[in-house]
Amino acid sequence: MTSTGAAVAATPAAAPADPDDPGSSRWRQRLEIALFVTPALALMATFVVWPVFSAVRMSFYRWKGFGPMDDFVGLRNYERVLTDDVFKDAVLHNLTIVGLSVAVQLPLGLLLAVLLNRRIRGRGLLRTIVFVPYVLAEVIAGVVWFQLLQPRSGLVEEILTTVSITPPDQGFLGTPGLALWTVFVVLTWKYLGLAVLLFLAGLQGVPDELYEAAQLDGAGWWQVQVRVALPLLGPTIRTWAFLSMIGSLQLFDMVWILTGGGPANATTTMATYLVSQGTQRGNYGIAGAASVVLFVVAFAMALLYQVLVLRRDTAEQR
Amino acid sequence: MTTLQEMPPVTDRPPTGTTPRGSRRRGRSFGGGGPLVYLLALAVVALTVGPVLYGALGGFRSNEQLIRDPAGLPDPWVTENYEGVVTNPDFWGYALNSTVIALITTVVAVLAGVMAAYPLARYQFKLREPLFMVFVLGLLFPVAVAIIPLFILITRDLQLGNTWWGVALPQAAFALPTTVVILRPFLMALPRELEEAAFIDGATPIGVFRHIALPLTAPGLVTVGVLAFVGSWNAYLLPLLLLQDDMRTLPLGVADYSTQYSADTAGVLAFTTIAMIPALVLFLAMQGRIVSGLQGAVKG
Repeated sequence: MTSTGAAVAATPAAAPADPDDPGSSRWRQRLEIALFVTPALALMATFVVWPVFSAVRMSFYRWKGFGPMDDFVGLRNYERVLTDDVFKDAVLHNLTIVGLSVAVQLPLGLLLAVLLNRRIRGRGLLRTIVFVPYVLAEVIAGVVWFQLLQPRSGLVEEILTTVSITPPDQGFLGTPGLALWTVFVVLTWKYLGLAVLLFLAGLQGVPDELYEAAQLDGAGWWQVQVRVALPLLGPTIRTWAFLSMIGSLQLFDMVWILTGGGPANATTTMATYLVSQGTQRGNYGIAGAASVVLFVVAFAMALLYQVLVLRRDTAEQR
Repeated sequence: MTTLQEMPPVTDRPPTGTTPRGSRRRGRSFGGGGPLVYLLALAVVALTVGPVLYGALGGFRSNEQLIRDPAGLPDPWVTENYEGVVTNPDFWGYALNSTVIALITTVVAVLAGVMAAYPLARYQFKLREPLFMVFVLGLLFPVAVAIIPLFILITRDLQLGNTWWGVALPQAAFALPTTVVILRPFLMALPRELEEAAFIDGATPIGVFRHIALPLTAPGLVTVGVLAFVGSWNAYLLPLLLLQDDMRTLPLGVADYSTQYSADTAGVLAFTTIAMIPALVLFLAMQGRIVSGLQGAVKG
């Protein structure tokens, strides 16, 4: 085969679906595709798909991690997970974080983005600074915040005391009713920068003419932001919300560092639950069932979000 | 039918449907800064960098200073804590592990990712979209779901527990969906004529990939490379389960150090601060690129 023949076979993008294409070049093309895609597929199959499937399998057995996995218990692990108050709380905590993120981080992020979009001095530097916490490892940010939130000796309590707010005796992370909220505040500190940056990038896409037209029509600054800029940010907001939702559902690092899931399971998440069931207690079947529930919740929310919210974007683009 | 494939940030189009493509957009907006805006900006800056600065400055104080006046500045400035970290062989061990693991992760994820994205962008074949969907769906699998079987697979079946590769390979696998999803539009945007000319000059498909597609996709490769690197550098859960003792990475080292020497707050702060620096520098240097990658606005 000549090299030009190979060229036609290899770039069907240039000559799409040539019906006269002889079979041999099509096989050649298939071979090339296989060659290119195999490493990635092999990695995904080994380290993503297979473990997920074995989590599903594991969830049907009572297994302590040694010996053969042969004690089939059907759905009993699911029953135990779903009736476990700790797990129920964990799901609730995850959903609370999802809800709080949208309710708190979205308006806050929008406000900051709109403000940082104004022509102010040092805007570039400001944007960089807002992004700093996002760059830090959750663990590292968590360790710093753990120090800041230390009962009595921490800076946060020191500052609150000077403005005459009495901190709780056990500290913010040690009081069951406050711990989850505290974790959420730290998460907001960590992830608000991403929201601001994405929204800012979206705002940059709003054509100047729209602002000018609105101004000519006599709209004030706030009116223009709310009536012109925000509606155009729709797709960016929905993308951010999706990322934030998926992230909130798999929350682990920050909780593990700040509270370890405590006090009294007040901050357990699905991920901390399954990790401690699996690695600390050796209840692999329970951990598997919890994994499956976590995945189902994440998948269902993604699907629901796709159907209810993101569909609008796809429709708009048609 | 609406498919997950069209879900941002997965879409090939910029999620901001109104964004004009191809033109570099400058910061345009009306409304300057009144004093109130500056005041608010100042508050945001203080809240954002406050904890980081507290950590950095705290490292320059003694524990006694920290207890006496939690909000004060170092007085006098103490450099022993930082000296302690920099002369701590454990620290350098952790840093080395983090570096090697992040490098392996990055190379594997970027290489396998761009290879997979190439036919998905440039070839027409029946399985193209279903295959792409596999990667898109991969975005929905959190590491946490697979973590326990992954732990068993790597330690027992592959005997890679407590090794660099044992952490890097799964991390690369979990970085692949993002990599492929970001790179595909980059590759789709390459002009066809270049490829055709190369083929006429007698290049092989692999030659075209190496000498035309790869160099022209370099900006995209940098974006996904930084994302994979920082993702691996910052990772906690997988290394936590897989690595022990002197194989541990920096985040694990920081967590260990902070529990082990919890009384030595200044030391912990110094350790943590130094551990922040590499990812911070890398990410901030690449900030513009990362954001445009996340935005899906892939042409600039």
